[in-house]
Amino acid sequence: MATIKIRAKASGGVTQVKTLMSHPMESGLRKDSKTGEKIPAHYITEVTAEHNGNTVMTANWAGGISKNPYLSFKFKGASPGDTIKISWVDNMGKSDSAESQIK
Amino acid sequence: MNLLRRKFLKTASFVGAAVTVGSAVLIPQRAIAAYNKAAFEARDIDGALSASLGSAQHSPSDSVTLKAPDIAENGAVVPITVSASMGNVSAISIIASANPQPLTSTYQLSAVAEPYVSTRIKMAKTADIVAVVKADGKLYSSTKEVKVTIGGCGG
Repeated sequence: MATIKIRAKASGGVTQVKTLMSHPMESGLRKDSKTGEKIPAHYITEVTAEHNGNTVMTANWAGGISKNPYLSFKFKGASPGDTIKISWVDNMGKSDSAESQIK
Repeated sequence: MNLLRRKFLKTASFVGAAVTVGSAVLIPQRAIAAYNKAAFEARDIDGALSASLGSAQHSPSDSVTLKAPDIAENGAVVPITVSASMGNVSAISIIASANPQPLTSTYQLSAVAEPYVSTRIKMAKTADIVAVVKADGKLYSSTKEVKVTIGGCGG
């Protein structure tokens, strides 16, 4: 199941991409209120955005980003119908990616 | 037969050259993508900045716009938007100064990317948010205090 939602819209030569990922983003600093044990860290470390195969932006994240992270960015040079690909990798080595067409 | 061998060698060397050029172009991109663990483990702003953007020297600038709420009721979700009006922006870092790990995120922007990034961060308590933009190798910043009613880092 894809864990990434992408919405990309081009207007006036600039494309704004909005994306929402579902991920727990545990910082590793939180404690379980019942057992008092630390909840292990589980967060996305890297998000990559590609437009037609070229990397547009790379985000490096850690536990300081909210659960189910939202990310928005803008870039030039894309036209409607182009493909935008978002992929993430987390600190446990899991990864996911999704593609969407620019509107 | 000799001719064929010549032709083969010519093609082979051409392909070899193309591969070399291709990998030379790829190397810088890889360097950009490398995950910077030290930057996120830094406990203070200067350490986080020098590890993520290469320098701790930053000057406040009106060209950097930091959009954040005055009061965040829930520290677990604080919307932050950073944009800049200058050119040649190569990276943006967002720092929550009172967090146990102050650096929340770093964004490496390619030449086509606009200096704009928006996300949601966690804040432990009321603190200054510092947005640092790297343009032409120099760091420019914008700071805003966000009041937090309930902390978002738990513990």
